[in-house]
Amino acid sequence: MEDKILLAHGSGGKLAHDLIVKNFVSALDNPLLAQMDDAAVFDVKHRLAFTTDSYVVNPIFFPGGNIGKLAVCGTVNDLATSGARPLYLSLALIIEEGLPLKDLKLVIDSIKTTAEEAGVKIVTGDTKVVNRGSADKLFINTSGIGIIPEGIMISGSNAHPGDKVLLSGTIGDHGIAVLSKREGISFETHLESDCAPLAGMVAEMLQASRNIHSLRDPTRGGLATTLNELAEQSKVGIRIEEAKIPVKDEVLGACEMLGFDPLYVANEGKMIAIVAAEDAEIILKAMQKHRYGKDAAVIGEVIADHPSRVVMKTLLGSSRIVDMLVGDLLPRIC
Amino acid sequence: MKYITEFRNSELAQGLITDIRQKSKRNVRFMEFCGGHTVSIFKYGIRQALPPTIEMVSGPGCPVCVTATSDIDKAVALAGIPGVIITSFGDMLRVPGSRSSLQKARAEGADVRIVYSTMDALKIAQENPDKTIAFIGVGFETTAPTIAVSVLQAQQQGIKNYCVLSLHKLCPPVIKTILDAGEVKLDGLVCPGHVSAVTGSNAWQFVARDYGIPCVVAGFEPTDILQCVDMLVTQVENNQAKVEIAYKRGVTPEGNLEAQKVMRQVFEPCPAKWRGMGVVPGSGLKLRHEFACYDAEVAFEIKTEPAIEPKGCLCGEILRGAKTPADCRLFRKTCTPENPVGPCMVSSEGSCSAYYLYGDISGR
Repeated sequence: MEDKILLAHGSGGKLAHDLIVKNFVSALDNPLLAQMDDAAVFDVKHRLAFTTDSYVVNPIFFPGGNIGKLAVCGTVNDLATSGARPLYLSLALIIEEGLPLKDLKLVIDSIKTTAEEAGVKIVTGDTKVVNRGSADKLFINTSGIGIIPEGIMISGSNAHPGDKVLLSGTIGDHGIAVLSKREGISFETHLESDCAPLAGMVAEMLQASRNIHSLRDPTRGGLATTLNELAEQSKVGIRIEEAKIPVKDEVLGACEMLGFDPLYVANEGKMIAIVAAEDAEIILKAMQKHRYGKDAAVIGEVIADHPSRVVMKTLLGSSRIVDMLVGDLLPRIC
Repeated sequence: MKYITEFRNSELAQGLITDIRQKSKRNVRFMEFCGGHTVSIFKYGIRQALPPTIEMVSGPGCPVCVTATSDIDKAVALAGIPGVIITSFGDMLRVPGSRSSLQKARAEGADVRIVYSTMDALKIAQENPDKTIAFIGVGFETTAPTIAVSVLQAQQQGIKNYCVLSLHKLCPPVIKTILDAGEVKLDGLVCPGHVSAVTGSNAWQFVARDYGIPCVVAGFEPTDILQCVDMLVTQVENNQAKVEIAYKRGVTPEGNLEAQKVMRQVFEPCPAKWRGMGVVPGSGLKLRHEFACYDAEVAFEIKTEPAIEPKGCLCGEILRGAKTPADCRLFRKTCTPENPVGPCMVSSEGSCSAYYLYGDISGR
């Protein structure tokens, strides 16, 4: 019989201790975690960025990643949007009783590999096991701390008219890849989630120029929603061009079938950068040189007209409003 | 061929626009019947690209939108019957009935599930032998054959706990009703693409023949629609009225004979109530006598209170092409996608939602 997580694994007793030591501490090995104190203790002498996010993706394994990889990337990317270099993450798991131990190990493996790639350490953690039905397989929360290099002031409220809007690659890959494996909807696709830690790319962009005003990763709600957030926060208008937005054919095809607009489909490894026009080209080059920014493009600009709104020049040359996502993405009917 | 990008070609589109501008002399009003077309027209800014001589009005071609309030009430009542699992396409969940919606019913404990195909509903039926799975059959000729197939499969596989609340609608009879009413004068009809894939373009012959109105079946990409408008303008300027196809990769004159056959085998035409248009004879589909055991209205006694229509909502007039969302006092004020009053704001193919989401910066 396959090993499963039992309620006792979360009881704080022997089983819990073994689970943590054998699976987490050894896998995520680092001195701060190995101290096994209730709190990780460390010195930092910089401006800090601090963020938290919870991950409840369904299914927990999807093409191109799993909930563990996502939990590291998501928080690392949130830190990266402030220009921060991620340092430490916390990791809290809420496990539904009955989760196969091998699934948990796969998730922890991904957390380890992704954290290594992103250059972050998991320094504190927590594990709870809940009754069957009280959670869906596995929920993860990660919080992260990063240090912001001297002189960097990146914020969603710093976009100015005249700035260029850059996007690091194709949109919609994550949302469609996850959906393709969801129970009741599944369809065939070779598409993989774009889930990736972007702090490295952001560091290289900042190396190229410090003239980066806003950064944001367009996750849930997609590119359209994130651009609207930025327009609203900075009280500026944003104009994008449909023809310049990179979208994979597989995503276009799946969106056609499901009645979705790729502009609203989630990403987990993309970054929007709003940058000073004069440095747009060198920042774009820095993105394109990085493995996660190969398809980066300038997709539009910040304007003074119609503050807080996003408009798009369509393929026909007309312009239309691009609003935030409303409600859930639902399939169309005919 | 990838069948998408080629039809979003900007140069090709510009060429068609130039051609239309040169040809179009008379002031004309074309109706795009289908909600899918309305969305594409807005999404790509086609109205703005067309010359001022051409007015596009939206028609009733959104199956969710035309579902009568009393029928939504029926679906909600069905969801409240113990032991029933409702399966539905997603859009239907948020459409408000008189007092509730399927989404609200779900929040109150009813088992309402979104499926992408009736085959998923059948699977749920097999997995839940102690429950009855009711599929809310909403859709046009496009959807009806797939639902007919699910009934045939249920019969073949001996699945007895599956039934359909058939709210299907047929398109040609409602076009006839709109034309007979004479409320909206039309100079051309952009015929629905997916519906015509099943019915064939011949289904629209009566419009050209009896009403002298040019008809062109269109696909859903920008160049498809522009080509269709170009062909309509050509007919108008040459005083012609015939049925043409600008969507040959999907539609033939005869249509999908196999789909027509299963539809006829399982369903028969019946009068149906359309939002804004009342009861239209022969425009609905009900399960034939021999499939009565799969008819939710036979399987259950569904009790509903008299329907209450939302006050001030112009969905009915908008569906007839008589008004636009901009004429509605609720539009963008009390009626928004987050808080829809009428179905045209709920459905992704509804006119109000298209105006709201994709209108140009002036909100047109």
